[in-house]
Amino acid sequence: MAELTLVEAVRSALSKALEEDPAVVVLGEDVGIDGGVFRATDGLWQHFGSGRVLDTPLSEAGIAGISVGLAAQGMKPVAEIQFQGFIHATLDQMANHAARLRNRTRGRLTCPMVLRAPYGGGVHAPEHHSESIEAIFAHIPGLRVVIPSSPQRAYGLLLSAIRDPDPVVFFEPKRIYRAFKEDVALDGEALPLDKAFVLREGQDVSVISWGAVTRDCLEAAEVMAGEGVDAEVLDVATLKPYDAATLMASVRKTGRCVIVHEAPRTAGFGAEIAARVAEEALDGLVAPVRRVTPPDIIPPLPRQEQLYLPSKDDVCTAIREVMAWQ
Amino acid sequence: MPLLGRELIGMSDDRMQAAVDAAEFRIPFKRYLSADGTLADAAPGFASDRSELVRLYEGMLRTRAFDTEAIALQRTGRLGTYASSLGQEAVAIGVAAAMRPEDVLVPSFREHGAQIWRGVRMEELFLYWGGDERGSDFSGPREDFPVCVPVGTQYCHGVGVGLAFSLRHEDRCSVVVGGDGSTSRGDFHEAMNMAGVWKVPAVFVVNNNQWAISVPRAAQTAAQTLAQKAIGAGIPGEQVDGCDVIAVRDAVERALDRGRRGEGATLIECLTYRLSDHTTSDDATRYREDAEVSSHWPEEPTVRLRTLLTEAHGWSRDEEEALRKEINGAVKAASDAYLQIDPQPATAIVDYTYAELPTDLKAVRDQLAER
Ligand SMILES: Cc1ncc(C[n+]2csc(CCOP(=O)(O)OP(=O)(O)O)c2C)c(N)n1
Ligand SMILES: [Mg+2]
Repeated sequence: MAELTLVEAVRSALSKALEEDPAVVVLGEDVGIDGGVFRATDGLWQHFGSGRVLDTPLSEAGIAGISVGLAAQGMKPVAEIQFQGFIHATLDQMANHAARLRNRTRGRLTCPMVLRAPYGGGVHAPEHHSESIEAIFAHIPGLRVVIPSSPQRAYGLLLSAIRDPDPVVFFEPKRIYRAFKEDVALDGEALPLDKAFVLREGQDVSVISWGAVTRDCLEAAEVMAGEGVDAEVLDVATLKPYDAATLMASVRKTGRCVIVHEAPRTAGFGAEIAARVAEEALDGLVAPVRRVTPPDIIPPLPRQEQLYLPSKDDVCTAIREVMAWQ
Repeated sequence: MPLLGRELIGMSDDRMQAAVDAAEFRIPFKRYLSADGTLADAAPGFASDRSELVRLYEGMLRTRAFDTEAIALQRTGRLGTYASSLGQEAVAIGVAAAMRPEDVLVPSFREHGAQIWRGVRMEELFLYWGGDERGSDFSGPREDFPVCVPVGTQYCHGVGVGLAFSLRHEDRCSVVVGGDGSTSRGDFHEAMNMAGVWKVPAVFVVNNNQWAISVPRAAQTAAQTLAQKAIGAGIPGEQVDGCDVIAVRDAVERALDRGRRGEGATLIECLTYRLSDHTTSDDATRYREDAEVSSHWPEEPTVRLRTLLTEAHGWSRDEEEALRKEINGAVKAASDAYLQIDPQPATAIVDYTYAELPTDLKAVRDQLAER
């Protein structure tokens, strides 16, 4: 057991994976001697050496592409893309190769790779450093898209992602990389992929979210408890393939659904959940589904970033709106 | 004194005079077997070994027969769109003959000859081009990559494969094949660059068949050669006559030796000509003159090797006939076998999406199973 921040939990999982499986290699820009720009790989190169932790050229498509080749050879590459804003160049490899190597060879070749990237806003970062494009990857069959929202889940889910026999895109909410510490059991125990986590049980409204904004949702639930509203907060955690059963069971129970995400609204992953609610849980609904998301705009530069990101207050407002329906 | 000079503001005249070339490069070109069938004195040892030459000749003829049958199947509605390698057989065969079984081939979509040489069964290749994924679950070289359709994306795979070999200290290499068009893409350069930095045991072979669908080589790049693109990545680049199977095999063998010695990757540009349409869906008369195509027929790779075999090794008409008969029989048998293969069950469309199917896909599978 150790008290860790989320980024420290990521590092602990990487270290554990490198230790337990000689096929695991960590690669990416500045992940070696520098330990990564967020220090997620701090000390790994020093401990495991340059045959396990590889500094790559500045070459995102290349990083993803060689990971496909490594994985086809039975290695387990865990590649870091320095910021999610620079991950677009990997889409070709991820969609056209990583996601479908198993399918196109009927399982002869597989692609057990992980592509990690810090994502999301709220850290006063430069342009292209605050994106939240999980939905783009969640649209690709054959990939898993996983987003932890606490140190323990970062540790357990990253271990599962690395052990998983298929490609996993692992997005780390950098706003909460160091926001809080939590006791993490460093026992090598993985958490299940494809499972949503109920972070707070409640009876009146289901607040569904993932990543850094789950913190705002939990805080909003506390505020609303003061107003006599019992909110259930769920962390989707694995967006592809996602655990619809847990989400729908919650919505059927509460009859109200608020979905919160940091990504733009149209065709965001919230739209998928809302559609699923319409298909499978409509009869139990007492209020329209509400989405709390940024509008369809480019993330503003830091001075106006707060106008973009969903806040605790935005979540409270949405909860009050759906609670007005009886 | 090129490059340096003008921009060096404030530099004294003396220093300007002292400016020298910062680096020097050369791109060798090799051909051992000319279009008229004469063999150069400097040809590698295997080029005087009759049985080796017959093996190469046989490989090229088999490739051509396979292409011919594939087109016949396509034209009669029994195969999908197909990319023939007519005139470029020496690239596929030269590459495959140079490789060891334990090396890994990362092909584009015109290397059936290499795949067949390495043990992929012809009916499996027909099956893939006939629209069935099981064709890429081929026998023989189980670690080889399947055909790569997104042009140029395969180079980085070859680097990853080679990197796996060097990380595991295995005495193996990867060989990637792509076309002239693919060299304009970023990932071609990213692959060579990474292979250069890490001295990855990989060989990049570019089949420069002068066309990328309708775009001619000159419209693809202003570079004098494609081989010189290696220089920017710090790896050697060379050019060979890609219709000379001896030169191709020799160049790939030397590159593989370099890789195995830990000296890193090599780029080999093979000069060929695409005698066929781009694919069976293409009509090349829309963009190139018949006369251009005809002018390249005398260079094609099989006749020159037959001339050498006939003149230097007493290759007889009977041997030729027997060989063609054996090949045509084998291709026909593969084609018949392909046509007998039962379709996949409907459930196969979901079964390989993940190692273990997620809940939603299990439900889809159950529905398909009831059909
Ligand atoms: C990335 C990508 N862009 C476009 C295409 C469509 N396309 C298929 S083959 C081809 C030309 C390829 O030319 P070249 O690399 O010279 O190979 P060749 O077909 O001549 O063997 C194009 C444009 C594709 N398959 N992939
Ligand atoms: Mg071409």
